[in-house]
Amino acid sequence: MSFDIALIIESVPKMLVGVGITLQLLFLSTLFGTLLAIVTLLMRIGPFRWLRWPAIAYIYFFRGTPMLVQIFVIYYGLAQFEFVRDSFLWPALRVPFWCAIIAFSLNVGAYTAEILRGAVQGVEKGLLEAGSALGLTARQRFIHITTPIAVRLSLPAYGNEIISLMKSTALASTITIFDTMGVARTIMAQTFKPYEVFISAAIIYLVIVWFIQMGIALAERRFGRYMKR
Amino acid sequence: MAQTEQDPIIRLKNVDKFFGDFQALKKVNLEVFKGQKVVVCGPSGSGKSTMIRCINRLESHDGGRILVNGIELNDSLRNIDAVRSEVGMVFQQFNLFPHLTAVGNLMLAPRLVRKKSKAEAREIAMRYLERVHIPEQADKYPVQLSGGQQQRVAIARALCMNPEIMLFDEPTSALDPEMIHEVLDVMVELANEGMTMICVTHEMGFARSVADLTVFMDAGEIVEAKPPQEFFENPEHERTRLFLSQILSH
Ligand SMILES: Nc1ncnc2c1ncn2[C@@H]1O[C@H](COP(=O)(O)OP(=O)(O)OP(=O)(O)O)[C@@H](O)[C@H]1O
Ligand SMILES: [Mg+2]
Repeated sequence: MSFDIALIIESVPKMLVGVGITLQLLFLSTLFGTLLAIVTLLMRIGPFRWLRWPAIAYIYFFRGTPMLVQIFVIYYGLAQFEFVRDSFLWPALRVPFWCAIIAFSLNVGAYTAEILRGAVQGVEKGLLEAGSALGLTARQRFIHITTPIAVRLSLPAYGNEIISLMKSTALASTITIFDTMGVARTIMAQTFKPYEVFISAAIIYLVIVWFIQMGIALAERRFGRYMKR
Repeated sequence: MAQTEQDPIIRLKNVDKFFGDFQALKKVNLEVFKGQKVVVCGPSGSGKSTMIRCINRLESHDGGRILVNGIELNDSLRNIDAVRSEVGMVFQQFNLFPHLTAVGNLMLAPRLVRKKSKAEAREIAMRYLERVHIPEQADKYPVQLSGGQQQRVAIARALCMNPEIMLFDEPTSALDPEMIHEVLDVMVELANEGMTMICVTHEMGFARSVADLTVFMDAGEIVEAKPPQEFFENPEHERTRLFLSQILSH
């Protein structure tokens, strides 16, 4: 088997165009997904019971179905409905890039909502009792005790979620998006050298993950100062 | 209802508390007057924590009445807030906020509840850290402090709200023996300054030297409540005698 190192060296720069798209997908989906997760969390654990069920149903559907299915449903499926085509969302829903963003954000939102819920429940009850005993209101306890501690507790799992999202962005290439993977597939189609091309792609993903890991470690240190003896 | 000097500052009348079918408090009656120090003891599971947690509504009672400084504890959030602003509490496990420094722990409630400025809150906090003899630890996080220091920060944190009454739930039980005295010393000082205190503790030396009233609980009931002298020298009930012989024997 011949192995074409030169092709790897040649492919990586070409894929950098795709890296830009990958990073945009990653950044925007993380942003929207996290906001969605916070809203979902508040619905899930907030005082209004009637808001819980929609939150639970949303989490169930998006955790329970493959991401690829979600992307296809949003990209191919929704266009069938006239009311969707007539709606103000149509300009976004006809663009593959935004369909991917919507699918990824909904996914991240569902998973992260559960991560945050676990973290909120992980905050020691005694700390909240101390807050009550000092006269803090429920809202003050949530903002000043639960939130900062839960943020720190959720960071490792949240970091995993971002890394997992980063890898999932490769699915965007299935709906004609030229992200890193999309570019890799094009080069592959031209050269018929899958090993070299996909190894190049793997290297790029590894580099991105390395940066994400650095970021998470930094955040853990920043929010976890108080855990050091 | 107007509160007069002669009225007890804390009054529990026939208080019942259930956890499901289990009755944790049975017709508990207790009156504590301003400046009094009450020590509560009794075997594990006898309802000591439950009783004092009812006094600041960390638990809600199911029967009877509880009045603190003339304010009745019921579902009224206003009453609960009013009572909590009079009552400080110290827990066995310290319960310091791990993400805040010692001084940050002390400043939180004055800022949020009393609406003090940052500078004012800090000044109050430093004053109380000095009172518990650890101003130099102000900027450390709880994990960086010893157990005894953490518990003194917790006491100072409660004092920052300028409470009329302090509740202590086994404040020295989680401490290594060599740290117990530093916390007890602070509590004795507080007692000498005239604070109204209810302390759940098995430190009988503390009870003898500080308490006005010693309360023995068993199975959700107050079995005996007397001044410590009488309590230790001639306990009336068999259950009290048995308990005292167990805890004084070591
Ligand atoms: N949240 C709860 N749910 C159910 N049962 C409870 C709860 N809190 C306390 N109990 C029960 O009520 C009884 C009294 O508990 P409490 O904590 O008041 O005892 P205690 O006298 O403080 O004991 P200890 O010395 O072990 O602290 C115990 O049998 C306990 O199991
Ligand atoms: Mg207890």
